[in-house]
Amino acid sequence: MARTDEDALVAAVAADPRYIALVARRARLGWWLSAIIFGAFVAYLLLIAFDKALLGAPIGTGVTSIGIPIGLGLILLAIFLTGLYVAHANRHHDAQMAAILKDHGA
Amino acid sequence: MRALIGLIALLPAPAFAAALEGEAERQPINWVAIAMFIAFVGLTLWITKAAAARTRTASDFYTAGGGISGFQNGLAMAGDYMSAASFLGISAQIFNDGYDGLIYSTGFLVGWPILLFLMAERLRNLGRFTFADVASYRFAQPPVRSFAAVSTLLVVSFYLIAQMVGAGQLIKLLFGLPYALAVVIVGGLMMLYVLFGGMRATTWVQIIKAVLLLGGASFMALMVLAQFGFSLETLFARAVEVKTQAALADGAGAIEAAERGRSIMAPGNFIKDPVSAISFGLALMLGTAGLPHILMRFFTVPDAKEARKSVLWATGWIGYFYILTFIIGFGAIVLVGTDAGYLDGQGALRGGGNMAAIHLAHAIGGNAFLGFISAVAFATILAVVAGLTLSAASAVSHDLYATVFKQGQASSADELRVSRLTTLALGALAVLLGLVFEKQNVAFMVSLAFALAASGNFPVLILSLLWSGCTTRGAAWGGTIGLLTAFVLTLLSPAVWTTTFGLGIAPFPYSSAAIFSVPSGFIAIWLISRLDRSPRAAVDRAGYRAQRVRAETGIGAFAASDH
Repeated sequence: MARTDEDALVAAVAADPRYIALVARRARLGWWLSAIIFGAFVAYLLLIAFDKALLGAPIGTGVTSIGIPIGLGLILLAIFLTGLYVAHANRHHDAQMAAILKDHGA
Repeated sequence: MRALIGLIALLPAPAFAAALEGEAERQPINWVAIAMFIAFVGLTLWITKAAAARTRTASDFYTAGGGISGFQNGLAMAGDYMSAASFLGISAQIFNDGYDGLIYSTGFLVGWPILLFLMAERLRNLGRFTFADVASYRFAQPPVRSFAAVSTLLVVSFYLIAQMVGAGQLIKLLFGLPYALAVVIVGGLMMLYVLFGGMRATTWVQIIKAVLLLGGASFMALMVLAQFGFSLETLFARAVEVKTQAALADGAGAIEAAERGRSIMAPGNFIKDPVSAISFGLALMLGTAGLPHILMRFFTVPDAKEARKSVLWATGWIGYFYILTFIIGFGAIVLVGTDAGYLDGQGALRGGGNMAAIHLAHAIGGNAFLGFISAVAFATILAVVAGLTLSAASAVSHDLYATVFKQGQASSADELRVSRLTTLALGALAVLLGLVFEKQNVAFMVSLAFALAASGNFPVLILSLLWSGCTTRGAAWGGTIGLLTAFVLTLLSPAVWTTTFGLGIAPFPYSSAAIFSVPSGFIAIWLISRLDRSPRAAVDRAGYRAQRVRAETGIGAFAASDH
């Protein structure tokens, strides 16, 4: 595609309300998920900083401390959220974006 | 190079003895390790030779032609990221302090989701070879490119130091070679991969390494768990007991000893104050999303969808690996920490502080498995240094030479030539830095690189991608301010000021600069952009809408080259 055609396409897509809505939805999802993982990690760090004793407290009568499932859980949360985003993007965003681009003759 | 390896294997026994400085019980020559090491080098050099035949253009060199699949790239990213610091450093950290190693692990992982949610697809859609392509997309090229290149070189240098130190220690222990020679071998092999095989060879070295490392670590964790009836509780209980006994032997009273044993179940020994904890965590999390050698990997896949999948695979593999490392570290407390054969006279680990996982391999599977894990750890270092070097070489050749110096007029052949010259220079530099920083804790050196990436690259990328008001001056100068803040504060921090240079009490009391330097990067970019009244600033702001459409849709994205 020549550069000018491409610029025209970009301008047309930019003005399409469906594009604007989709990008807003997608950005919202991205920011929300980022906030969740960021918040979870900062909360973990704050616990480390201010309440080491809580994280070090044993679960029940055992040796394993509460901090261990929390730390390992954070690792699993990161993997889970990443999977969630990819599944959602594969299932919804790609098809919606492809439909918009198709309507503009891309 | 084959000849050189052969020569090393044939060195007479006295050469080994001298390297160990008179220690009587030196490791016998481990033929399994040597055989596996040579097999790995042979395989990777063969791949490099095959890749060299297909590395003709700059696109081949920087991005393997853009035809790597999301799954392959995810493994390669994991291979690029699971460094010697992760494997040796974190397991050693757990061996010493227990729980604290988990803080490192989570910090190293949580940046990946953020990289995906905010950047991965947009990076792929806008970029071609380096992250500077994206950061400078709508801006005047020279200032933003120069910033990105300098930042890349700084980040890579610190990261390289950690890798080279790990390599030197590892090979010293394994082969009884002098530290310096070990560092030279790593530098030499890494140069061969990158010089001749470019991104294609580097990618395959990283994939093979990731598979070997994940396989080896899985086996280790499995064997550790098997010894404790597959009960983490039993493993932890035994580790606490071992640490308590050690404290008693140290002359501590019964109550204090129990407390010290118990302390490995809680955070605390490493991060002492709240500011350092938050700061360090921020550096790891946001730094991941600003590492040039990781960002570069997004340009090796055909489109945004594969870029997305890459991150999912990478996050999954890396997360799994950190869980394994945690088990390995605790396994080492029990199986290595109680065996005098692995300790020197003073109770420290033989071969240096980072050798916990290596000794554990021996405790589990004897010389054969020690050989395997040593070869894997060595492959790990090679894969990471190759990725780092490639990224730094691209910054010099693509960003500085082709774009800034030649103003986009350099031929692909010229760009390739400059890349290769840079690779040679970097190889020499890496060896030199490896020698200078021999005694540093490798995991800590990596955190310096992360602080720089978090404070310079990350704010510049986020604001150039997502804020219409960002201008050339804002990105270039604001990014530089973030970077300088991180750099200067790190120099003034205890680890460098006190420990490395011995200058007394450090002016900056915290262990990481990120809590100050990341906001300073963001604020500087914002402020300078807002105050920017230059004609260029108007162009920059006007370019945002079209850039955003291209970033979101992939219109005009660079496609994979066919061959």
